[in-house]
Amino acid sequence: MQAQSLYNDKVVKQFAIMTVVWGFVGILVGVIIAAQLVWPQLNFDLPWFTFSRLRPLHTNAVIFAFGGSALFATSYYVVQRTCQVRLISDSLAAFTFWGWNLVIVLAAITLPLGITTSKEYAELEWPIDILITLVWVSYAAVFFGTIVRRKVKHIYVANWFFGAFILTVAVLHVVNSAALPVSALKSYSVYAGTIDAMVQWWYGHNAVGFFLTAGFLGMMYYFIPKQVNRPIYSYRLSVVHFWALISLYMWAGPHHLQYTALPDWGQSLGMVFSIMLLAPSWGGMINGIMTLSGAWHKLRSDPVLKFMIVSLSFYGMSTFEGPMMSIKTVNALSHFTDWTIGHVHSGALGWVGFITMGCIYFLIPKLFGRERMYSDKLIDLHLWIATVGIVLYIVSMWIAGVMQGLMWREVNPDGTLAYSFVQSMEAMYPYYTVRFIGGVLYLIGMLIMMYNVYKTISGAKPASAIQPQAA
Amino acid sequence: MSSGWSLFVIIITIANIVACLWLIMWTTKKRKDGSQMGETTGHIWDDNLQEYNNPLPRWWLWLFIITIIFSLVYLYYYPGLGNYSGSGEWSQADQYEQEMQQAREKYGPIFAAYAQKPVPDLIKDKKAMASGHRLYLNHCATCHGSDAGGSPGFPNLTDNDWLYGGSPEMIKTSISQGRQGMMPPMGAGLNDEQLDDMTAYVLSLSGRADAASIGRIEEGKKQYRILCVGCHGIQGEGNSAAGFPRLSDDVWLYGGSPGAIKESIKQGRSGNMPAHAEFLDQEKIHLLAAYIYSLSNE
Repeated sequence: MQAQSLYNDKVVKQFAIMTVVWGFVGILVGVIIAAQLVWPQLNFDLPWFTFSRLRPLHTNAVIFAFGGSALFATSYYVVQRTCQVRLISDSLAAFTFWGWNLVIVLAAITLPLGITTSKEYAELEWPIDILITLVWVSYAAVFFGTIVRRKVKHIYVANWFFGAFILTVAVLHVVNSAALPVSALKSYSVYAGTIDAMVQWWYGHNAVGFFLTAGFLGMMYYFIPKQVNRPIYSYRLSVVHFWALISLYMWAGPHHLQYTALPDWGQSLGMVFSIMLLAPSWGGMINGIMTLSGAWHKLRSDPVLKFMIVSLSFYGMSTFEGPMMSIKTVNALSHFTDWTIGHVHSGALGWVGFITMGCIYFLIPKLFGRERMYSDKLIDLHLWIATVGIVLYIVSMWIAGVMQGLMWREVNPDGTLAYSFVQSMEAMYPYYTVRFIGGVLYLIGMLIMMYNVYKTISGAKPASAIQPQAA
Repeated sequence: MSSGWSLFVIIITIANIVACLWLIMWTTKKRKDGSQMGETTGHIWDDNLQEYNNPLPRWWLWLFIITIIFSLVYLYYYPGLGNYSGSGEWSQADQYEQEMQQAREKYGPIFAAYAQKPVPDLIKDKKAMASGHRLYLNHCATCHGSDAGGSPGFPNLTDNDWLYGGSPEMIKTSISQGRQGMMPPMGAGLNDEQLDDMTAYVLSLSGRADAASIGRIEEGKKQYRILCVGCHGIQGEGNSAAGFPRLSDDVWLYGGSPGAIKESIKQGRSGNMPAHAEFLDQEKIHLLAAYIYSLSNE
């Protein structure tokens, strides 16, 4: 218990709470745009409420607000405990919290107004980009500074992944967002044409690889062994899959540009490095799941663990799907279809979402000095509703995507295309509807979580006196 | 790519792959102290975090090695290593050309036969018109609508009213070369009153004079004679040789309400029909023109 007051848990609490809040907001926007695809009238003819303005808001909210808050919360929590030392600066840590949330609020204002660079996942305009850079440099200073001051000789594997994520995202953000401002709210990329596309997808895929994968693997490496109370399966596997993962991911971006103006050699490298990524990706899954070996019975009784293990299953599935989709022949069918959307969401809802929820359920009682979450039954309910939601989402998008790909290439005996684009859109109604239902279920799960978190923080009596009140 | 850059690409590609292989060998090789299954590394973090040092799962190792071998073979056969073009001499431009060539051989004769027939005859050929309709749906419907009825800014193709002429030849020219319609904005030199006057006059050209606005019409006419007459003509008859719209009928590309007309005068309008000759051959354009011609000439 003495150790508790050693750490800066205020910033962890703040980020943990905002993870839940932003998660709800981001998913809600996602559900709204999913509904707009089924019922376009829901645009209400309001420019700021159209799909095109809300879609980047959704992606930014779930990746950077929900995912980002989760990464800040867990990395700050983990680095202090595995280094046995307090964060080096409380004020810098506080700056990262307020700065990051300011970025999110600014995104929520500017994106619906149509203020955008139009670069996917990097839509925010240059003044906000500068703020992001400042926050990120502070984050790196706090994180690596804490590592430097550690009282434990070896650096724990979770911190390798957090460190790689923080470093790489800094490089990605600065390089991809390089732009010439023409006014306070408008800038143009310094890159042109194909190079711009290549830089964009080098950034875009590494945002997936480092923000949404490496960072979350860091969570996995701390919270799964903690929750199971067993050692990580294999240190050697950690070493191989860490170095292989971070070096190979760097190359995968061009698989987003198969059969485009990107020179052939770039496309090939994007494909082969994506295929070589399969085993290193699965290395993380094996290390997580095998940590349970000998303790499988815990899966029956521990809903938090279920979240973590189901998340690894989705991680394994989408990291098999990704390399497969990068193969030119497969990509020729899947590119531009909803298959891509399904793939992203099996990773986002299944892997990123579930591991985050598992970690938050782990963290909340500890941070707020409670014995346990308010209700294990509600955690279980959340798990099942959300899992059904994900399955509905990805299965409908698989069918929709393959169908679109096949319809677009179908030709008549005279060589003319058998279907016009709008016919392929019309065929999407049932699948878009199922996807919408899947999203609603996932959102309901999030509401259950909010309720459970609220009850845990407000309801039960504090279990320890060292942390007086939630600051 | 210069040979320096090519070499750079080859070196870092091979280096990364070799590094992965080395990593595998380094972690799988037997150590003297030879840690066994179920032994931890001895490090402990945060009270109870430990690590076993179990050997890598065999099947996983083989999976990794197989993907690496696949990649090396792929990079031998296909372009990837800098300027090296691969032993298969494959390129996406060649693949595209081959597929296009196959399509031309297979389908070309169908369209070549249609191209022999003049448009007025071709429109009687049901099969040809079905093909034309399919071309229309994929190349034109996005702007002109699935029913070819158009929408504001995109001309209706079924009403036998033509901005640039409705003869088969003119339609073909519109499709293959595209059209740029440009009405300059007049708002800068006119006040709101004058814009209303001109709107009233333009309305009167198509027989929509409002008794209450006779005065406005007279004022508007003066402005019209200065600003508009050059393109739209004295009676608003337009000029289809240059694509200047007729104002004396009830066909309005950007809407014929007083508000829409005033907006057109004030802000100008800009229409752009893209040129299709780059991606449709002349035979297909002939068939497409026939289909569009058939919509108002049956």
